[in-house]
Amino acid sequence: MSDRYFKLTFICSLIGLSFFGLDIIFAQDEIQLPENDQCIICHKENEILPEDFHENDVHLKSGPSCAGCHGGNPLKEDMEEAMAEEAGFIGTPSKREIPQFCGKCHSNINIMREYQPRIPTDQVEQYYTSLHGMKLKGGDQKVADCSSCHTAHGILPAKDSRSTVHALNVPLTCKKCHSDPDYMKEYHIPTNQFEQYAESVHGIALLENQDTGAPACNDCHGNHGALPPGISSVSHVCGICHVNNMQYFSQTKMAKEFEKLEIHGCEGCHGNHKVLKTNDDMVGIGKNSFCTECHAEGEKGYAEAEMIHAELMLIVTTYDSAEALRGKVQRIGMDDIDINYLLQESHQSLIKARTLVHTFDHEQVGEKTKEGVDKAQDAIKLAIKEVKDYKTRRLGFGVATLFITILVIAMFFKIRQMER
Amino acid sequence: MIQLIKKSYQWLDERFHLTPLIEFMRHKQVPVHKHSIWYYMGGVTLFLFIIQVFTGILLLLYYQPGVDSGYESVRFLMTKVSFGWLIRSIHSWSANLFIFFIFIHMFSTFFTRAYRKPRELSWLSGFFLLLLAMGFGFSGYLLPWNELAFFATKVGTDIAGAVPLIGEAIKIVLRGGEDVTGATLSRFYAFHVALIPALFTIVLGLHLLFIQRQGMHEPDYFENLPKEKKRTIPFFPNFLLRDALLWLLVLNILLYLAVFFPWELGEKADPFSSAPEGIRPEWYFMFMFQTLKLLPAHVLFIEGEVFGVLFFTVAALVWLLVPFWELKFSGKGKTRPMKIVGIVVILYIIALTILGYIL
Repeated sequence: MSDRYFKLTFICSLIGLSFFGLDIIFAQDEIQLPENDQCIICHKENEILPEDFHENDVHLKSGPSCAGCHGGNPLKEDMEEAMAEEAGFIGTPSKREIPQFCGKCHSNINIMREYQPRIPTDQVEQYYTSLHGMKLKGGDQKVADCSSCHTAHGILPAKDSRSTVHALNVPLTCKKCHSDPDYMKEYHIPTNQFEQYAESVHGIALLENQDTGAPACNDCHGNHGALPPGISSVSHVCGICHVNNMQYFSQTKMAKEFEKLEIHGCEGCHGNHKVLKTNDDMVGIGKNSFCTECHAEGEKGYAEAEMIHAELMLIVTTYDSAEALRGKVQRIGMDDIDINYLLQESHQSLIKARTLVHTFDHEQVGEKTKEGVDKAQDAIKLAIKEVKDYKTRRLGFGVATLFITILVIAMFFKIRQMER
Repeated sequence: MIQLIKKSYQWLDERFHLTPLIEFMRHKQVPVHKHSIWYYMGGVTLFLFIIQVFTGILLLLYYQPGVDSGYESVRFLMTKVSFGWLIRSIHSWSANLFIFFIFIHMFSTFFTRAYRKPRELSWLSGFFLLLLAMGFGFSGYLLPWNELAFFATKVGTDIAGAVPLIGEAIKIVLRGGEDVTGATLSRFYAFHVALIPALFTIVLGLHLLFIQRQGMHEPDYFENLPKEKKRTIPFFPNFLLRDALLWLLVLNILLYLAVFFPWELGEKADPFSSAPEGIRPEWYFMFMFQTLKLLPAHVLFIEGEVFGVLFFTVAALVWLLVPFWELKFSGKGKTRPMKIVGIVVILYIIALTILGYIL
């Protein structure tokens, strides 16, 4: 390569690299806004952007921009022309119009398919079946519309952790209205749901442990079609996750009795927003039992509760003894692998037995607890054998030491005899 | 029976001339004096090496190197194989005692100045045996593929990577790639059961040959005694019996440690998890590891870690060449300068090792 060509290539590379560098610098400093969009240019210049405006807004980034919702001609520099009725300018919709306003696109599968082929398009339809939607239709100006939850100009995809409807943020979004006693005054419903939820097993999992698998408000009440679950549907709502508990419960006589007595299925014992971590004393005849709230001594239900509790206690105590022995085996450095497997199986039976409590049948519970107790007892036998082996090893060492000591003494005397 | 043995001996003697060898052993004398105890340290080390070979061969029958089988095979050996736990525990404890006695043997040689002419090559070969023993320890530590070993190997090979110019290449050769993976395990296995044993056997053979040829070193005051005042015992059987007695005591201590403090296996290594707390190398690497930890980020214009590695490389060379630069004794009643050097080195190793465990 001649010197001239070399210099040329070098200079070109340098220019290329400089552009690359500049590109990186500018990409970090400025978010790319739609080019030639006069709405953005003008509103930005005059600093009259909406309060909740966010440059990462999904509509701004993926195409529709301002005119996509508000109409008008974004290519016209003149404000009068850009925002003329002839150009299709709609302006700001009234609260009542918002669902239809969003629904223009979100209810049209042909439009939505361009952005997300699998996106549902029934949100508006569902919204009008919700209490929020029905009240809005009736003229209520305070109920939640689309923008109340999603915001209007700072909408982010639900999977974005900054979004108001991200799984971790949903309770905080609902809380904005539902925990405000003044705002909710006229609806005559409690405003302590969030506090209760935050203390519940679900709330701790979601808010403290950041476990997005835990249910937020919308997982039980629905999101667009939000309604409180009714008496007959409570167990179905809980059953979305707690499938077996729901199945067992719905097949019992108690399910029908609860309905007659207008007791909400699962809620009757576990509560609603403040679902606490369950324990074995919730069933039985102790002071913390829920069974005794309806069943008095002498009744069949009372005896059944007592027997179910006894079955659970049997497996729990056997399992705990086995677990303590396993700990000992582990501490002394012996083999606890098979003991661990047995205890896992026993624990599995314990979990299944606890689920079977919802059959309210001590025989079904007992069948499962027996399996678990048998496994735990096998684990205990193995653990005892390991502890015995441990002692045998020490005894073996004692015997070996004895022989070695005798040999050492004999050698010592032999050496002395030889060197005398 | 005795006739048969005699006949076999005659048959062999006729062909290999064994009698001069037996006569040599019978006439070989070992000096007896107030420092004779140190003569036995090399023997104990040799005994522990023999134990390592035997237990190592037994472990080989079950051990399967590999990311999916290393840990599992050791666990199987420890839990399901009869006396597998004992063999592994003895192998691990014996490895530590082995290195411990090498250090004792080395420092006793140093303080009795047994490295001087004509025993320079015994010292050099002994030093190479120490390096190979440390290599045994480092490579064997990873084989169970547990969490501690995995991260300790990562740190250890990283330190090797800090050697100027060739460090990166050494690291890649040791690891079999950029990271500690199954490839590292395979080659550590090869180092541990093939390469290092082969080298060790050769160097050990030379080391023993030198000692047998030159006889035991005599301290200055003993050497200067008139011949009739020198007390000695025959190597065979007296010295060998005393050796055997000590070996039995060490065996008993080894059994005690293996039974009462069985060597743990720990959790299986997970390369994707973060390093657990308390990652530290084996105790015999601790003084070097702690020095590197305490060094500032930069010493003069050199990076702290690089400085540390260079320092230990130079120190090892200086130590290796002790027979050739020994500071001579000057005047009566004065402490020998080499004694001070030895004490400073021991104090440094002990202090830094203790710091490594308490900091």
